[in-house]
Amino acid sequence: MESRTRPVDFLICIWTALVATLVYLPLICGALASLSKGRYFSFPVRAYTSDWWSRTFDSIEITMIVENSLIIAAIVTVASVLIAFFGALAFARYEWKGRSLFQRLVLLPIFFPQPVLGLALLLWFNALGIQTSWVTAIIAHLVWIVPVVTLVIAIQVYSFDPILEEAAYDLGCTRLQVLREVTLPLLWPGVWSGGLFAFLLSWSNFPLSLYTAGADSTIPKWLYSKMVAGYTPMVPALGTMSTLGAAAVMLLGAIVMFVLRQRRAT
Amino acid sequence: MVTAPTSLEIQDEASARAGLLARFMRMSSGLRCSLPVLVLLGLGFIAPLIAIFAFSFAPPRTFNVFGTFSLANYATLFDPQNTVWMSFLWSVGFAFATAAILAAIAYPIAYGLNHVFGRWSSLVSILFVFPLFVSENVRLYGWVLFFIKSGVLDGTLKAMGGEGGPAVLYHSGTILGGMIYTYLPFMLFPMTLGLAMVPNDLVDAARDLGANRFQIWKEVELPLAMPGLLVGTLLTFVLGIGAVAEAKILGGQSIIVISHDIEIAFTYSQNWPLGSAMAVLVTIFVGTLTLLVLKRLDLDQLLGRR
Repeated sequence: MESRTRPVDFLICIWTALVATLVYLPLICGALASLSKGRYFSFPVRAYTSDWWSRTFDSIEITMIVENSLIIAAIVTVASVLIAFFGALAFARYEWKGRSLFQRLVLLPIFFPQPVLGLALLLWFNALGIQTSWVTAIIAHLVWIVPVVTLVIAIQVYSFDPILEEAAYDLGCTRLQVLREVTLPLLWPGVWSGGLFAFLLSWSNFPLSLYTAGADSTIPKWLYSKMVAGYTPMVPALGTMSTLGAAAVMLLGAIVMFVLRQRRAT
Repeated sequence: MVTAPTSLEIQDEASARAGLLARFMRMSSGLRCSLPVLVLLGLGFIAPLIAIFAFSFAPPRTFNVFGTFSLANYATLFDPQNTVWMSFLWSVGFAFATAAILAAIAYPIAYGLNHVFGRWSSLVSILFVFPLFVSENVRLYGWVLFFIKSGVLDGTLKAMGGEGGPAVLYHSGTILGGMIYTYLPFMLFPMTLGLAMVPNDLVDAARDLGANRFQIWKEVELPLAMPGLLVGTLLTFVLGIGAVAEAKILGGQSIIVISHDIEIAFTYSQNWPLGSAMAVLVTIFVGTLTLLVLKRLDLDQLLGRR
Protein backbone atom coordinates (compact mmCIF):
# COMPACT_ATOMS: atom_id res chain seq x y z
CA MET A 1 0.00 0.00 0.00
CA GLU A 2 2.83 2.37 0.86
CA SER A 3 4.85 1.52 -2.23
CA ARG A 4 2.71 2.95 -5.02
CA THR A 5 2.75 6.71 -5.36
CA ARG A 6 -0.57 8.29 -6.19
CA PRO A 7 -1.03 11.83 -7.49
CA VAL A 8 -2.83 12.57 -4.22
CA ASP A 9 0.31 11.71 -2.26
CA PHE A 10 2.22 14.21 -4.34
CA LEU A 11 -0.35 16.91 -3.56
CA ILE A 12 -0.12 16.08 0.13
CA CYS A 13 3.66 16.52 0.04
CA ILE A 14 3.33 19.90 -1.72
CA TRP A 15 0.71 21.05 0.78
CA THR A 16 2.82 19.98 3.76
CA ALA A 17 5.88 21.76 2.35
CA LEU A 18 3.83 24.90 1.79
CA VAL A 19 2.42 24.93 5.32
CA ALA A 20 5.85 24.21 6.82
CA THR A 21 7.30 27.13 4.85
CA LEU A 22 4.61 29.44 6.21
CA VAL A 23 5.30 28.15 9.72
CA TYR A 24 8.96 29.14 9.51
CA LEU A 25 8.57 32.30 7.43
CA PRO A 26 8.07 34.68 10.40
CA LEU A 27 11.08 33.23 12.20
CA ILE A 28 13.18 34.02 9.14
CA CYS A 29 11.75 37.56 9.00
CA GLY A 30 12.81 38.02 12.63
CA ALA A 31 16.32 36.77 11.91
CA LEU A 32 16.60 39.18 8.95
CA ALA A 33 15.44 42.12 11.05
CA SER A 34 17.98 41.31 13.76
CA LEU A 35 20.82 41.34 11.24
CA SER A 36 19.94 44.50 9.34
CA LYS A 37 21.79 47.67 10.08
CA GLY A 38 19.15 50.37 10.47
CA ARG A 39 17.25 51.19 13.65
CA TYR A 40 14.01 50.42 11.80
CA PHE A 41 13.54 47.38 9.65
CA SER A 42 13.18 47.81 5.91
CA PHE A 43 13.30 45.15 3.24
CA PRO A 44 15.29 44.40 1.05
CA VAL A 45 18.03 44.67 3.67
CA ARG A 46 20.64 47.16 2.47
CA ALA A 47 23.44 46.40 4.90
CA TYR A 48 23.96 43.51 7.28
CA THR A 49 25.54 43.82 10.70
CA SER A 50 26.00 41.68 13.77
CA ASP A 51 25.96 44.79 15.96
CA TRP A 52 22.53 44.14 17.45
CA TRP A 53 23.51 40.61 18.33
CA SER A 54 26.66 41.67 20.17
CA ARG A 55 24.79 44.49 21.90
CA THR A 56 22.17 42.00 23.03
CA PHE A 57 24.93 39.74 24.36
CA ASP A 58 26.54 42.61 26.25
CA SER A 59 23.37 44.01 27.81
CA ILE A 60 23.29 43.50 31.58
CA GLU A 61 19.50 43.80 31.63
CA ILE A 62 19.10 41.02 29.08
CA THR A 63 21.60 38.80 30.89
CA MET A 64 19.44 39.07 34.00
CA ILE A 65 16.29 38.25 32.05
CA VAL A 66 17.91 35.22 30.44
CA GLU A 67 19.01 34.06 33.89
CA ASN A 68 15.43 34.43 35.15
CA SER A 69 14.11 32.38 32.25
CA LEU A 70 16.76 29.69 32.78
CA ILE A 71 16.18 29.40 36.54
CA ILE A 72 12.41 29.22 36.11
CA ALA A 73 12.67 26.63 33.34
CA ALA A 74 15.16 24.52 35.32
CA ILE A 75 13.06 24.44 38.48
CA VAL A 76 9.88 23.80 36.49
CA THR A 77 11.60 20.90 34.69
CA VAL A 78 12.75 19.14 37.86
CA ALA A 79 9.53 19.72 39.79
CA SER A 80 7.21 18.79 36.95
CA VAL A 81 9.07 15.58 36.10
CA LEU A 82 8.96 14.49 39.76
CA ILE A 83 5.26 15.25 40.15
CA ALA A 84 4.24 14.02 36.71
CA PHE A 85 6.15 10.73 37.03
CA PHE A 86 3.86 9.60 39.83
CA GLY A 87 0.92 11.30 38.16
CA ALA A 88 1.52 9.23 35.03
CA LEU A 89 1.59 6.01 37.07
CA ALA A 90 -1.78 6.99 38.55
CA PHE A 91 -2.99 7.97 35.07
CA ALA A 92 -2.03 4.85 33.16
CA ARG A 93 -0.53 2.13 35.36
CA TYR A 94 -2.82 1.48 38.30
CA GLU A 95 -6.47 0.53 38.22
CA TRP A 96 -8.05 2.51 41.02
CA LYS A 97 -11.41 3.93 41.94
CA GLY A 98 -10.86 7.57 41.04
CA ARG A 99 -8.79 6.95 37.93
CA SER A 100 -11.16 8.14 35.24
CA LEU A 101 -11.99 11.24 37.29
CA PHE A 102 -8.26 11.87 37.78
CA GLN A 103 -7.62 11.54 34.03
CA ARG A 104 -10.21 14.20 33.29
CA LEU A 105 -8.88 16.51 36.00
CA VAL A 106 -5.37 16.26 34.54
CA LEU A 107 -6.65 17.20 31.09
CA LEU A 108 -8.65 20.22 32.24
CA PRO A 109 -5.73 22.69 32.61
CA ILE A 110 -4.57 21.77 29.08
CA PHE A 111 -8.04 22.50 27.74
CA PHE A 112 -8.11 25.88 29.39
CA PRO A 113 -7.03 29.19 27.84
CA GLN A 114 -3.73 30.17 29.37
CA PRO A 115 -4.34 33.93 29.55
CA VAL A 116 -7.50 33.30 31.57
CA LEU A 117 -5.63 30.84 33.81
CA GLY A 118 -2.85 33.39 34.31
CA LEU A 119 -5.33 36.12 35.23
CA ALA A 120 -7.24 33.82 37.61
CA LEU A 121 -3.94 32.94 39.30
CA LEU A 122 -3.04 36.65 39.51
CA LEU A 123 -6.26 37.30 41.38
CA TRP A 124 -5.73 34.23 43.57
CA PHE A 125 -2.19 35.25 44.55
CA ASN A 126 -3.38 38.78 45.25
CA ALA A 127 -6.29 37.53 47.33
CA LEU A 128 -3.87 35.41 49.39
CA GLY A 129 -1.60 38.41 49.83
CA ILE A 130 1.27 36.78 47.95
CA GLN A 131 3.50 39.21 46.07
CA THR A 132 3.80 37.97 42.48
CA SER A 133 7.38 37.29 41.37
CA TRP A 134 9.36 34.63 39.52
CA VAL A 135 8.36 32.19 42.29
CA THR A 136 4.66 32.55 41.56
CA ALA A 137 5.47 32.29 37.85
CA ILE A 138 6.98 28.86 38.57
CA ILE A 139 3.75 27.75 40.23
CA ALA A 140 1.71 29.06 37.29
CA HIS A 141 3.96 27.24 34.81
CA LEU A 142 3.61 24.03 36.82
CA VAL A 143 -0.18 24.16 36.74
CA TRP A 144 -0.05 23.95 32.96
CA ILE A 145 3.16 21.98 32.37
CA VAL A 146 2.65 19.15 34.91
CA PRO A 147 -0.47 17.92 33.06
CA VAL A 148 1.38 18.02 29.73
CA VAL A 149 4.34 16.09 31.13
CA THR A 150 1.97 13.64 32.83
CA LEU A 151 0.47 12.84 29.42
CA VAL A 152 3.89 12.49 27.78
CA ILE A 153 5.08 10.04 30.45
CA ALA A 154 1.69 8.27 30.55
CA ILE A 155 2.04 7.36 26.87
CA GLN A 156 5.25 5.54 27.82
CA VAL A 157 3.56 3.92 30.82
CA TYR A 158 0.85 2.44 28.57
CA SER A 159 3.47 0.44 26.71
CA PHE A 160 4.92 -0.92 29.95
CA ASP A 161 4.07 -4.36 31.23
CA PRO A 162 3.24 -4.32 34.98
CA ILE A 163 4.07 -8.05 35.13
CA LEU A 164 7.76 -7.07 35.13
CA GLU A 165 7.29 -5.15 38.38
CA GLU A 166 5.42 -8.04 39.95
CA ALA A 167 8.14 -10.46 38.92
CA ALA A 168 10.71 -8.26 40.65
CA TYR A 169 8.63 -8.24 43.83
CA ASP A 170 8.32 -12.02 43.68
CA LEU A 171 12.08 -12.25 43.40
CA GLY A 172 12.32 -10.38 46.70
CA CYS A 173 12.97 -6.78 45.65
CA THR A 174 11.90 -3.96 47.94
CA ARG A 175 9.63 -1.20 46.69
CA LEU A 176 12.60 1.14 46.21
CA GLN A 177 14.61 -1.48 44.35
CA VAL A 178 11.73 -2.15 41.99
CA LEU A 179 11.44 1.56 41.27
CA ARG A 180 15.16 1.94 40.67
CA GLU A 181 15.90 -1.29 38.83
CA VAL A 182 12.69 -1.93 36.86
CA THR A 183 10.21 0.92 36.63
CA LEU A 184 12.58 3.83 36.02
CA PRO A 185 14.81 2.17 33.41
CA LEU A 186 11.74 1.08 31.44
CA LEU A 187 10.08 4.48 31.62
CA TRP A 188 13.09 6.74 31.15
CA PRO A 189 12.43 7.61 27.47
CA GLY A 190 9.08 9.05 28.55
CA VAL A 191 10.66 10.79 31.52
CA TRP A 192 13.40 12.25 29.33
CA SER A 193 11.03 13.59 26.68
CA GLY A 194 8.72 14.83 29.44
CA GLY A 195 11.63 16.78 30.89
CA LEU A 196 12.48 18.23 27.48
CA PHE A 197 8.88 19.33 26.98
CA ALA A 198 8.80 20.89 30.45
CA PHE A 199 11.97 22.89 29.88
CA LEU A 200 11.05 24.12 26.41
CA LEU A 201 7.44 24.96 27.25
CA SER A 202 8.50 26.93 30.31
CA TRP A 203 11.29 28.66 28.37
CA SER A 204 8.85 29.87 25.70
CA ASN A 205 5.80 30.50 27.87
CA PHE A 206 4.37 33.97 27.45
CA PRO A 207 0.79 34.30 28.79
CA LEU A 208 1.40 32.77 32.23
CA SER A 209 4.64 34.68 32.78
CA LEU A 210 3.02 37.92 31.65
CA TYR A 211 0.41 37.88 34.39
CA THR A 212 2.04 35.97 37.23
CA ALA A 213 5.71 37.03 37.25
CA GLY A 214 5.03 40.43 38.84
CA ALA A 215 7.96 42.80 38.48
CA ASP A 216 10.29 40.01 37.34
CA SER A 217 10.70 39.52 33.62
CA THR A 218 11.32 36.50 31.42
CA ILE A 219 12.50 36.55 27.81
CA PRO A 220 9.00 36.36 26.22
CA LYS A 221 7.65 38.95 28.64
CA TRP A 222 10.49 41.40 28.03
CA LEU A 223 10.15 40.96 24.26
CA TYR A 224 6.45 41.71 24.45
CA SER A 225 6.96 44.91 26.44
CA LYS A 226 9.44 46.11 23.82
CA MET A 227 7.18 45.12 20.93
CA VAL A 228 4.41 47.26 22.35
CA ALA A 229 6.64 50.24 23.06
CA GLY A 230 10.28 50.82 22.25
CA TYR A 231 11.23 48.55 19.35
CA THR A 232 14.92 48.13 18.70
CA PRO A 233 16.52 45.41 16.54
CA MET A 234 17.55 43.83 19.85
CA VAL A 235 13.96 42.52 20.02
CA PRO A 236 14.23 40.23 16.97
CA ALA A 237 17.85 39.52 17.96
CA LEU A 238 16.88 38.16 21.39
CA GLY A 239 13.85 36.43 19.85
CA THR A 240 16.06 34.66 17.31
CA MET A 241 18.60 33.75 19.99
CA SER A 242 15.95 32.20 22.21
CA THR A 243 14.58 30.29 19.21
CA LEU A 244 18.04 28.96 18.39
CA GLY A 245 18.55 28.08 22.05
CA ALA A 246 15.33 26.07 22.06
CA ALA A 247 16.38 24.33 18.82
CA ALA A 248 19.76 23.45 20.35
CA VAL A 249 18.15 22.02 23.50
CA MET A 250 15.71 19.98 21.42
CA LEU A 251 18.48 18.67 19.16
CA LEU A 252 20.70 17.79 22.11
CA GLY A 253 17.80 16.04 23.82
CA ALA A 254 17.04 14.02 20.70
CA ILE A 255 20.70 13.03 20.27
CA VAL A 256 21.02 11.87 23.90
CA MET A 257 17.82 9.89 23.52
CA PHE A 258 19.04 8.30 20.29
CA VAL A 259 22.48 7.38 21.66
CA LEU A 260 21.10 5.89 24.85
CA ARG A 261 18.54 3.90 22.93
CA GLN A 262 21.24 2.52 20.61
CA ARG A 263 23.36 1.58 23.59
CA ARG A 264 20.45 -0.23 25.22
CA ALA A 265 19.63 -2.07 22.04
CA THR A 266 23.12 -3.57 21.73
CA MET B 1 5.64 16.06 86.76
CA VAL B 2 6.71 18.82 84.46
CA THR B 3 7.92 16.50 81.81
CA ALA B 4 4.91 14.22 81.86
CA PRO B 5 2.55 16.35 79.71
CA THR B 6 5.26 17.05 77.20
CA SER B 7 6.10 13.43 76.70
CA LEU B 8 2.40 12.77 76.41
CA GLU B 9 2.14 15.49 73.80
CA ILE B 10 5.06 14.02 71.94
CA GLN B 11 3.38 10.67 72.08
CA ASP B 12 0.18 12.24 70.81
CA GLU B 13 1.96 13.90 67.98
CA ALA B 14 3.82 10.72 67.16
CA SER B 15 0.63 8.72 67.11
CA ALA B 16 -1.06 11.35 64.96
CA ARG B 17 1.83 11.13 62.55
CA ALA B 18 1.64 7.37 62.62
CA GLY B 19 -2.07 7.65 61.93
CA LEU B 20 -1.43 9.81 58.89
CA LEU B 21 1.25 7.44 57.70
CA ALA B 22 -1.05 4.49 58.23
CA ARG B 23 -3.77 6.23 56.27
CA PHE B 24 -1.25 7.00 53.51
CA MET B 25 -0.19 3.35 53.39
CA ARG B 26 -3.81 2.18 53.29
CA MET B 27 -4.51 4.23 50.15
CA SER B 28 -4.57 2.44 46.83
CA SER B 29 -1.30 2.79 44.91
CA GLY B 30 -3.06 4.88 42.29
CA LEU B 31 -4.40 7.40 44.76
CA ARG B 32 -1.03 7.63 46.49
CA CYS B 33 0.72 8.37 43.20
CA SER B 34 -1.90 10.92 42.20
CA LEU B 35 -1.50 12.95 45.41
CA PRO B 36 1.23 15.39 44.25
CA VAL B 37 -0.73 16.23 41.10
CA LEU B 38 -3.96 16.54 43.10
CA VAL B 39 -2.36 18.97 45.57
CA LEU B 40 -0.86 21.08 42.77
CA LEU B 41 -4.06 21.26 40.72
CA GLY B 42 -6.18 21.75 43.82
CA LEU B 43 -4.18 24.77 44.96
CA GLY B 44 -3.16 26.10 41.55
CA PHE B 45 -6.17 25.37 39.35
CA ILE B 46 -9.35 24.58 41.30
CA ALA B 47 -8.77 27.13 44.06
CA PRO B 48 -8.20 30.12 41.70
CA LEU B 49 -11.36 29.18 39.83
CA ILE B 50 -13.29 29.11 43.10
CA ALA B 51 -11.73 32.47 43.97
CA ILE B 52 -12.90 34.13 40.74
CA PHE B 53 -16.31 32.56 41.27
CA ALA B 54 -16.50 34.10 44.76
CA PHE B 55 -15.23 37.49 43.54
CA SER B 56 -17.75 37.60 40.72
CA PHE B 57 -20.54 38.06 43.28
CA ALA B 58 -18.86 40.93 45.11
CA PRO B 59 -20.10 44.48 44.46
CA PRO B 60 -18.34 46.10 41.47
CA ARG B 61 -15.00 47.81 42.14
CA THR B 62 -14.66 46.41 45.65
CA PHE B 63 -12.50 43.72 47.18
CA ASN B 64 -15.27 42.68 49.52
CA VAL B 65 -15.87 39.00 48.88
CA PHE B 66 -17.57 37.94 52.07
CA GLY B 67 -20.72 39.43 53.50
CA THR B 68 -22.16 41.07 50.42
CA PHE B 69 -23.77 39.31 47.52
CA SER B 70 -24.34 41.13 44.28
CA LEU B 71 -25.37 40.18 40.77
CA ALA B 72 -24.37 43.60 39.44
CA ASN B 73 -21.34 42.22 37.58
CA TYR B 74 -23.39 39.69 35.67
CA ALA B 75 -25.93 42.41 34.89
CA THR B 76 -23.08 44.46 33.39
CA LEU B 77 -21.97 41.48 31.29
CA PHE B 78 -25.34 41.06 29.65
CA ASP B 79 -26.11 44.77 29.38
CA PRO B 80 -26.38 45.59 25.65
CA GLN B 81 -25.04 49.07 26.40
CA ASN B 82 -21.75 47.46 27.27
CA THR B 83 -19.08 46.10 24.94
CA VAL B 84 -18.29 42.99 26.96
CA TRP B 85 -20.69 40.75 25.09
CA MET B 86 -19.16 42.03 21.83
CA SER B 87 -15.73 40.91 23.00
CA PHE B 88 -17.14 37.54 23.90
CA LEU B 89 -18.79 37.18 20.48
CA TRP B 90 -15.55 38.16 18.73
CA SER B 91 -13.67 35.52 20.72
CA VAL B 92 -16.23 32.80 20.01
CA GLY B 93 -16.33 33.72 16.33
CA PHE B 94 -12.54 33.73 15.99
CA ALA B 95 -12.27 30.43 17.87
CA PHE B 96 -14.93 28.77 15.75
CA ALA B 97 -13.37 29.89 12.49
CA THR B 98 -9.89 28.89 13.71
CA ALA B 99 -11.01 25.35 14.57
CA ALA B 100 -12.91 24.88 11.32
CA ILE B 101 -10.16 26.19 9.03
CA LEU B 102 -7.44 24.32 10.92
CA ALA B 103 -9.33 21.05 10.50
CA ALA B 104 -9.13 21.52 6.74
CA ILE B 105 -5.48 22.63 6.79
CA ALA B 106 -4.24 19.90 9.10
CA TYR B 107 -6.12 16.90 7.70
CA PRO B 108 -3.90 16.31 4.64
CA ILE B 109 -0.76 16.71 6.77
CA ALA B 110 -2.07 14.30 9.43
CA TYR B 111 -2.94 11.82 6.68
CA GLY B 112 0.51 12.27 5.19
CA LEU B 113 2.19 11.65 8.55
CA ASN B 114 0.35 8.33 8.80
CA HIS B 115 0.47 7.09 5.23
CA VAL B 116 2.67 9.08 2.86
CA PHE B 117 5.87 10.32 4.49
CA GLY B 118 7.04 6.90 5.70
CA ARG B 119 10.40 7.18 7.44
CA TRP B 120 10.37 10.97 7.03
CA SER B 121 7.35 11.15 9.33
CA SER B 122 9.27 11.78 12.55
CA LEU B 123 11.27 14.58 10.92
CA VAL B 124 8.08 16.22 9.64
CA SER B 125 6.51 15.87 13.11
CA ILE B 126 9.50 17.56 14.73
CA LEU B 127 9.26 20.36 12.17
CA PHE B 128 5.69 21.02 13.26
CA VAL B 129 6.27 20.51 17.01
CA PHE B 130 9.15 22.94 17.24
CA PRO B 131 7.11 26.16 16.89
CA LEU B 132 5.46 25.24 20.21
CA PHE B 133 8.82 25.93 21.84
CA VAL B 134 9.06 29.46 20.42
CA SER B 135 6.83 31.86 22.28
CA GLU B 136 3.84 33.02 20.30
CA ASN B 137 4.72 36.69 20.49
CA VAL B 138 8.07 36.08 18.76
CA ARG B 139 6.35 34.18 15.96
CA LEU B 140 3.54 36.71 15.60
CA TYR B 141 6.00 39.57 15.58
CA GLY B 142 7.70 37.87 12.66
CA TRP B 143 4.43 38.28 10.76
CA VAL B 144 4.35 41.96 11.71
CA LEU B 145 7.80 42.32 10.16
CA PHE B 146 6.51 40.50 7.10
CA PHE B 147 3.40 42.60 6.58
CA ILE B 148 4.50 45.99 7.94
CA LYS B 149 5.08 48.95 5.63
CA SER B 150 8.48 48.52 3.95
CA GLY B 151 8.55 45.05 5.51
CA VAL B 152 9.32 41.81 3.67
CA LEU B 153 6.16 41.63 1.55
CA ASP B 154 5.90 45.35 0.84
CA GLY B 155 9.63 45.62 0.04
CA THR B 156 9.60 42.60 -2.26
CA LEU B 157 6.62 43.85 -4.24
CA LYS B 158 8.15 47.31 -4.57
CA ALA B 159 11.49 45.88 -5.64
CA MET B 160 9.65 44.00 -8.36
CA GLY B 161 8.22 47.31 -9.53
CA GLY B 162 4.78 46.83 -8.02
CA GLU B 163 2.52 48.98 -5.93
CA GLY B 164 3.70 47.68 -2.60
CA GLY B 165 1.95 45.31 -0.24
CA PRO B 166 -1.63 45.70 0.94
CA ALA B 167 -2.17 47.15 4.41
CA VAL B 168 -3.36 43.98 6.12
CA LEU B 169 -2.21 44.63 9.68
CA TYR B 170 -4.81 45.60 12.25
CA HIS B 171 -7.69 43.81 10.52
CA SER B 172 -9.86 41.02 11.86
CA GLY B 173 -8.77 38.66 9.06
CA THR B 174 -5.14 39.04 10.07
CA ILE B 175 -5.98 38.24 13.69
CA LEU B 176 -7.72 35.09 12.49
CA GLY B 177 -4.69 34.21 10.38
CA GLY B 178 -2.47 34.64 13.43
CA MET B 179 -4.67 32.34 15.47
CA ILE B 180 -4.69 29.67 12.76
CA TYR B 181 -0.93 29.98 12.66
CA THR B 182 -0.46 29.73 16.44
CA TYR B 183 -2.77 26.79 17.05
CA LEU B 184 -1.81 24.55 14.11
CA PRO B 185 0.13 22.02 16.26
CA PHE B 186 -2.82 21.66 18.65
CA MET B 187 -4.97 20.46 15.76
CA LEU B 188 -2.34 18.49 13.88
CA PHE B 189 -1.15 16.11 16.59
CA PRO B 190 -4.46 14.92 18.05
CA MET B 191 -5.63 14.47 14.46
CA THR B 192 -2.57 12.40 13.62
CA LEU B 193 -3.18 10.21 16.68
CA GLY B 194 -6.81 9.83 15.61
CA LEU B 195 -5.98 8.81 12.04
CA ALA B 196 -3.46 6.31 13.38
CA MET B 197 -6.40 4.53 15.01
CA VAL B 198 -7.83 3.60 11.58
CA PRO B 199 -6.61 0.07 10.74
CA ASN B 200 -5.32 -0.27 7.17
CA ASP B 201 -7.06 -3.64 6.85
CA LEU B 202 -10.45 -2.02 7.26
CA VAL B 203 -9.75 0.50 4.51
CA ASP B 204 -8.55 -2.31 2.23
CA ALA B 205 -11.60 -4.40 3.05
CA ALA B 206 -13.92 -1.50 2.25
CA ARG B 207 -12.13 -1.00 -1.06
CA ASP B 208 -12.38 -4.70 -1.90
CA LEU B 209 -16.09 -4.54 -1.19
CA GLY B 210 -16.40 -1.82 -3.81
CA ALA B 211 -16.46 1.38 -1.77
CA ASN B 212 -15.12 4.42 -3.57
CA ARG B 213 -12.62 6.85 -2.07
CA PHE B 214 -15.31 9.17 -0.68
CA GLN B 215 -17.30 6.32 0.83
CA ILE B 216 -14.19 4.93 2.53
CA TRP B 217 -13.48 8.36 3.96
CA LYS B 218 -17.02 8.92 5.18
CA GLU B 219 -17.89 5.44 6.42
CA VAL B 220 -14.55 4.10 7.68
CA GLU B 221 -11.85 6.74 8.18
CA LEU B 222 -13.89 9.55 9.64
CA PRO B 223 -15.81 7.57 12.30
CA LEU B 224 -12.75 5.63 13.45
CA ALA B 225 -10.55 8.74 13.59
CA MET B 226 -13.26 10.76 15.31
CA PRO B 227 -11.78 10.78 18.85
CA GLY B 228 -8.61 12.44 17.56
CA LEU B 229 -10.50 14.89 15.36
CA LEU B 230 -12.75 15.75 18.28
CA VAL B 231 -9.84 16.43 20.63
CA GLY B 232 -8.10 18.58 18.02
CA THR B 233 -11.19 20.63 17.28
CA LEU B 234 -12.04 21.07 20.95
CA LEU B 235 -8.48 22.03 21.86
CA THR B 236 -8.13 24.66 19.15
CA PHE B 237 -11.60 26.05 19.85
CA VAL B 238 -11.08 26.28 23.59
CA LEU B 239 -7.61 27.81 23.31
CA GLY B 240 -8.95 30.18 20.67
CA ILE B 241 -11.58 31.49 23.09
CA GLY B 242 -8.82 32.74 25.39
CA ALA B 243 -6.41 33.89 22.70
CA VAL B 244 -5.22 37.44 23.23
CA ALA B 245 -1.68 37.83 21.85
CA GLU B 246 -2.91 37.67 18.23
CA ALA B 247 -5.40 40.51 18.71
CA LYS B 248 -2.84 42.60 20.56
CA ILE B 249 0.15 42.11 18.27
CA LEU B 250 -1.40 41.62 14.83
CA GLY B 251 -4.64 43.45 15.55
CA GLY B 252 -3.02 46.46 17.15
CA GLN B 253 -5.80 46.42 19.77
CA SER B 254 -8.36 47.40 17.11
CA ILE B 255 -10.49 44.51 18.32
CA ILE B 256 -10.83 43.75 22.02
CA VAL B 257 -11.23 40.04 22.72
CA ILE B 258 -12.60 38.65 25.97
CA SER B 259 -9.24 37.85 27.60
CA HIS B 260 -8.15 41.39 26.88
CA ASP B 261 -11.27 42.70 28.62
CA ILE B 262 -10.54 40.50 31.65
CA GLU B 263 -6.97 41.78 31.72
CA ILE B 264 -8.14 45.39 31.62
CA ALA B 265 -10.56 44.75 34.50
CA PHE B 266 -7.89 43.04 36.61
CA THR B 267 -5.13 45.58 35.97
CA TYR B 268 -5.91 49.11 34.72
CA SER B 269 -9.43 49.55 36.00
CA GLN B 270 -8.91 47.49 39.20
CA ASN B 271 -12.41 46.07 38.90
CA TRP B 272 -11.78 42.52 40.12
CA PRO B 273 -15.44 41.54 40.50
CA LEU B 274 -16.29 42.43 36.89
CA GLY B 275 -13.15 40.72 35.60
CA SER B 276 -14.01 37.68 37.68
CA ALA B 277 -17.53 37.54 36.27
CA MET B 278 -16.10 37.55 32.73
CA ALA B 279 -13.57 34.87 33.65
CA VAL B 280 -16.36 32.78 35.20
CA LEU B 281 -18.34 33.08 31.97
CA VAL B 282 -15.36 31.84 29.94
CA THR B 283 -14.64 29.07 32.46
CA ILE B 284 -18.21 27.78 32.41
CA PHE B 285 -18.35 27.89 28.62
CA VAL B 286 -15.02 26.17 28.16
CA GLY B 287 -15.44 23.74 31.07
CA THR B 288 -18.87 22.52 30.01
CA LEU B 289 -17.71 21.94 26.46
CA THR B 290 -14.55 20.14 27.54
CA LEU B 291 -16.29 17.89 30.04
CA LEU B 292 -19.02 17.00 27.53
CA VAL B 293 -16.45 15.95 24.94
CA LEU B 294 -14.13 14.19 27.38
CA LYS B 295 -17.01 12.13 28.69
CA ARG B 296 -17.41 10.56 25.25
CA LEU B 297 -13.75 9.67 24.87
CA ASP B 298 -11.88 6.60 25.93
CA LEU B 299 -8.58 8.20 26.88
CA ASP B 300 -6.85 4.88 27.45
CA GLN B 301 -7.59 3.88 23.89
CA LEU B 302 -6.60 7.21 22.34
CA LEU B 303 -3.30 7.48 24.18
CA GLY B 304 -2.39 3.87 24.72
CA ARG B 305 -3.85 2.01 21.77
CA ARG B 306 -4.05 -1.24 23.67
